[in-house]
Amino acid sequence: MFTVFKREISSFLSSLIAYIVIVVFLLVTGLFMWVFPDYSLLDYGYASLDQLFIIGPWLFMFLIPAITMRFFSEEKRTGTIELLFTKPVTDLQIILGKFLAGFALVLFAVLPTILYAITLWYLADPVGNIDTGGILGSYIGLLLLGAVFVSIGIFASAITENQIVAFIVGLFLCFFMYSAFESLKLLNFPVKTQLILEQLGISSHFYAMSKGVLDTRDLVYFGSVISLFVMLTKTVLESRKW
Amino acid sequence: MSVKVQDLTKIYGIQKAIDHISFDIAEGAIVGLLGPNGAGKSTTMKILTGFIPQSSGNAWVHGHDVGVDSLEVRRLTGYLPESNPLYTDMYVKEYLHYVAGFYKIARTEARVKEMIDITGLGIEQHKKIGQLSKGYRQRVGLAQAMIHDPKVLILDEPTSGLDPNQLVDIRKLITEIGKQKTIILSTHIMQEVEAMCERVIIINRGKMVANDSVAQLQKKTGAASVQVEFSASVEIGLLKKLPGIVEVRNEGGNRWVVSGTAKTDIRKLLFDFAVQKQLTVLSLNQRENSLEEVFRELTRKK
Repeated sequence: MFTVFKREISSFLSSLIAYIVIVVFLLVTGLFMWVFPDYSLLDYGYASLDQLFIIGPWLFMFLIPAITMRFFSEEKRTGTIELLFTKPVTDLQIILGKFLAGFALVLFAVLPTILYAITLWYLADPVGNIDTGGILGSYIGLLLLGAVFVSIGIFASAITENQIVAFIVGLFLCFFMYSAFESLKLLNFPVKTQLILEQLGISSHFYAMSKGVLDTRDLVYFGSVISLFVMLTKTVLESRKW
Repeated sequence: MSVKVQDLTKIYGIQKAIDHISFDIAEGAIVGLLGPNGAGKSTTMKILTGFIPQSSGNAWVHGHDVGVDSLEVRRLTGYLPESNPLYTDMYVKEYLHYVAGFYKIARTEARVKEMIDITGLGIEQHKKIGQLSKGYRQRVGLAQAMIHDPKVLILDEPTSGLDPNQLVDIRKLITEIGKQKTIILSTHIMQEVEAMCERVIIINRGKMVANDSVAQLQKKTGAASVQVEFSASVEIGLLKKLPGIVEVRNEGGNRWVVSGTAKTDIRKLLFDFAVQKQLTVLSLNQRENSLEEVFRELTRKK
């Protein structure tokens, strides 16, 4: 598992993808946080990082499938998958190695935004008067959301040899899991169904966490979705044996 | 037994890729797996390396069932797949270190260096794999297959696409390695089998049609052939009428290849024939019954 992880990380570092993803993420969040007058924190009047956590998931929706799209599709296209699967590692170890590599990149993209939080701390009046719990919860939520997107992206990559297809499918699934359920519930469903639909989507759990409350239900939700997509990926990869 | 295969069958949809194949390979043998394209060579190798499972039958590598004990089998075998897939964005050394990471290798650095020496990658070791020529990529493929000192090496067409010099080098390398390891290799080139392999397994349309030593196989097919050149043209019908002649083939001009049953001495026959027709024999060569002909004979019939 560690071997696969190491290779993916070094592949990120030797290609431009990792740098572009991190730079784009920081640039866009930075612009929204500090520069664009309509959204800028400086004109906002409240000491909050809301902009980051609103724009973050939408950026991840595009960036994460872009970093995960080559994970399996490239190996399938070039045939290196045959080498990988004849090494003494299990399919699950391979998937987890790639998953962790993708997540590490997400972590590196999010990490510098702590600077935003520190700036906010000093901008607040009086200094330090910010919702630390809410911000911490949002960060954990954002990372978990990133992890879910990585697992979705890996799944999308496993079903095709074509990176573009993997990207588009990944993007669609991320979008669907993040916000489609929220919107679907607005259809004329009974109240109970609406509640279930809402609970199925990522956004409701993400917002629950951004209030600073770490509810085990939300953690279980994120854990289950990640496991679901990891298992789906494993099933797809094992289909070579059918 | 190093490798044991029993009634191995693989069915893709309704097509039988391999059909009840059985063979044993003793430790330290170099065995050539031959067959026309699509005969099932690669499928057999993929099953032995645990990439795909068989439909029925069993295979063991050093006593470990390839289906049940897949991870252990993968530890014991080194595999070079047919198209020699490699990560072209990695450096040669980086790649070998990466592959070494999958196995418990005591001193990785030393082992990688050793592999680079053995496969003659020295001058190319600091390049990216994508920049290497085909021959050197093949060496990288071989190096990664052998890095963990496997007991069994499975090489799917290890010499395809190489130039004659590289061919000789790689063959020498394989023969050298084969002194300590069991090697199963597939190829289309018959001289290669004659040069390297002790035993040959021929598969045709999924069925095993031969499993014998090279020498034995050459003896088996009865027909012996002679190449002859006359001074003037001869009618093919006259040659065919000679007693004991099985096949007559024109090789351009007045050159003929004549095959007959093993009992007849065709040379004498042809000489007498020439005298009788007042022809001069310009050349007369007994042809070694090459493996190529054996191969063709065994795989021609359905």
